[in-house]
Amino acid sequence: MSATSARPSPAPSTSGAAFIFKKSLISAGVALVLFSLMIGVRTEAGPQGGLIYWTRFDDLAALVATVFGGSIIVELLRQWWGPVDTERMVPKPVQAAMSFVGRWLAPALLIFAFLIPVIFYDQRYILDLSILVLTYVMLGWGLNVVVGLAGLLDLGYVAFYAVGAYSYALLATNFGLSFWVCLPLAGILAAFWGVLLGFPVLRLRGDYLAIVTLAFGEIIRLVIINWQSLTGGPNGVSGIPRPTMFGIPLTPGDDGLAARLGIEFSPTHRIVFLFYLILAMALLTNWVTIRLRRLPIGRAWEALREDEVACRALGINVTTTKLTAFATGAMFGGLAGAFFATRQGFISPESFTFQESALVLAIVVLGGMGSQLGVALAAVTMIGGFELFRGLDQYRMLVFGMAMVLLMIWRPRGLIGHRAPTVFLERNQAISSDLVKEGHG
Amino acid sequence: MSDDILAVDRLMMRFGGIVAVNSLSFTAERRKITALIGPNGAGKTTVFNCITGFYRPSGGAIRLTHDDGRNIQLERLGDFRISKYAKVARTFQNIRLFPGMTALENLMVAQHNALMRASGLTFLGLIGVPSWREAEQRAIDLARTWLDRVGLLPRADDAAGNLPYGDQRRLEIARAMCTEPALLCLDEPAAGLNARESGGLNELLLSIREDGTSILLIEHDMSVVMEISDHVVVMDYGVKIAEGTPQAVRDDPKVIAAYLGADEEEAIAVMESGT
Repeated sequence: MSATSARPSPAPSTSGAAFIFKKSLISAGVALVLFSLMIGVRTEAGPQGGLIYWTRFDDLAALVATVFGGSIIVELLRQWWGPVDTERMVPKPVQAAMSFVGRWLAPALLIFAFLIPVIFYDQRYILDLSILVLTYVMLGWGLNVVVGLAGLLDLGYVAFYAVGAYSYALLATNFGLSFWVCLPLAGILAAFWGVLLGFPVLRLRGDYLAIVTLAFGEIIRLVIINWQSLTGGPNGVSGIPRPTMFGIPLTPGDDGLAARLGIEFSPTHRIVFLFYLILAMALLTNWVTIRLRRLPIGRAWEALREDEVACRALGINVTTTKLTAFATGAMFGGLAGAFFATRQGFISPESFTFQESALVLAIVVLGGMGSQLGVALAAVTMIGGFELFRGLDQYRMLVFGMAMVLLMIWRPRGLIGHRAPTVFLERNQAISSDLVKEGHG
Repeated sequence: MSDDILAVDRLMMRFGGIVAVNSLSFTAERRKITALIGPNGAGKTTVFNCITGFYRPSGGAIRLTHDDGRNIQLERLGDFRISKYAKVARTFQNIRLFPGMTALENLMVAQHNALMRASGLTFLGLIGVPSWREAEQRAIDLARTWLDRVGLLPRADDAAGNLPYGDQRRLEIARAMCTEPALLCLDEPAAGLNARESGGLNELLLSIREDGTSILLIEHDMSVVMEISDHVVVMDYGVKIAEGTPQAVRDDPKVIAAYLGADEEEAIAVMESGT
């Protein structure tokens, strides 16, 4: 609809009332053409099965007028805001405030996350939502290693999530292994599958890699559905044991945590425990990723994203470097999967569709590829925002989609677009997103 | 003959029906600057890609002899192993830095293999053992030394993509040197540099040679080559047409014909007498 007004042309005559009027008129014209049939004429099957139609020109006029007015406002806003990616005409105090917020945002978020169970102890809904958000934060951070750092587009990340979940579910239900034994096993198994996927796809780049990873995600799901004797097929695995606090169950029984501590049992205890568990796991993911970035392997991942040919000339084994990226990302996915299984107590293939992969990838891209804080913010926005708009019923998707489009117009490289260097001599200055490559697989 | 670092023997490179390099033989002496020159399309970069493992030669042998007398057949290694095990570093005709990483980070990536060993394949580095910290500090010091030598120390923390063209060229050489190579292969390092910058480049290359690194240089600008190279190999249409000291090569009529362009008959005569 707004193809004509989406990008400002850098021509000199991009200001002035005549320009804005002309541009808005074009937008309105496009809207008129588009909506004249979509909105202006309404057709329906009549009582005799024939086609009946009626016109809604008043709605059409209102919509075209909205587009006309809207594009004037957008154009005025754009001129006030200045072109994207250049020195903006933002007042100094606002800039200072923004940099202050930027510096303290991560610690503030962390402290807030630790306090959530204290503040919202009585609100089960918020606790559940926080756990969900943190699960996606962890998945986002895990995928960030593959997509954000190594620049390998992975559309099948949910496969590793599924491997982790099923590893825990099957090991726990069949062999009675505890959560704390299964957690590393799930991570290792997922990493193993990551390597297994990595081997055949290493020679592929860009779009081809994305398609193969997408297929891999589907293969895992289809195997789970069809291997009934092992996975229970579409019925899933139920009765997955709940996690224990290092051996002490969180149950109302005599050996439960509440009885041992001499406090009254409450089901919220388990929720709070799960919350801190996923918070710890997510922070572990974050810590490991931050450390890895400063190690040669992490730098090699980023170098690979920047220029693979140069990496080869410097003696970096591109194959193993890509494999370690896949394996590391997959491992975090597997750990998150094991947590998912223990939280739900029941898993089925329906939880591991392509939509999950797309959602996690959207979180990584929206957050700014490679940025840990950005990914966390994006997960909060995507999952939390989605819940926030629940009151809007069927318009929820519309509002959500529009919010994402706007975000991508204003911040095309994600919420946090710049890259922080891993080592510096004197000045630790961020690198503009214009220079950082996205990688070609 | 005994102190050659690189011996290329009857190197062939075919792309389908096209013969890009035809039975090329030459040697590069240790601790000397050897230049490979020739007009555009002569096959110089193809030779480079064969030596540095980006192409697998269709035929012939490339032998690298290290200081300790160890021989390595480069045509059998291929890919990243040439840089890792044979210690051959290269730069590219169209600069290939990591533009989104700082100058310092670029040089740190170049020390990947040494740092991977020091970090115990990442695991020791992850828990931060003291020996890793020391190794990292040594790597930073080496990078600092090279940044200083190419005059980029003040811009160490700037993104490589933000540096001016001449600085990027020198950073790429510094990055190649951070792999601590025995043989440094430079693909048109002076391309796009102004007279002052290319003078600085000559000094840098001479100082690298003084430190004991042999240099193989591609350049099709004769004037740059004449100043610094010890030995010149001239290629045209995939074959060697002349070789010798810069002075001898400059006066060679075949070389002049190849550069100035001769008519067809003359060219054939030149080719026949050259091989």
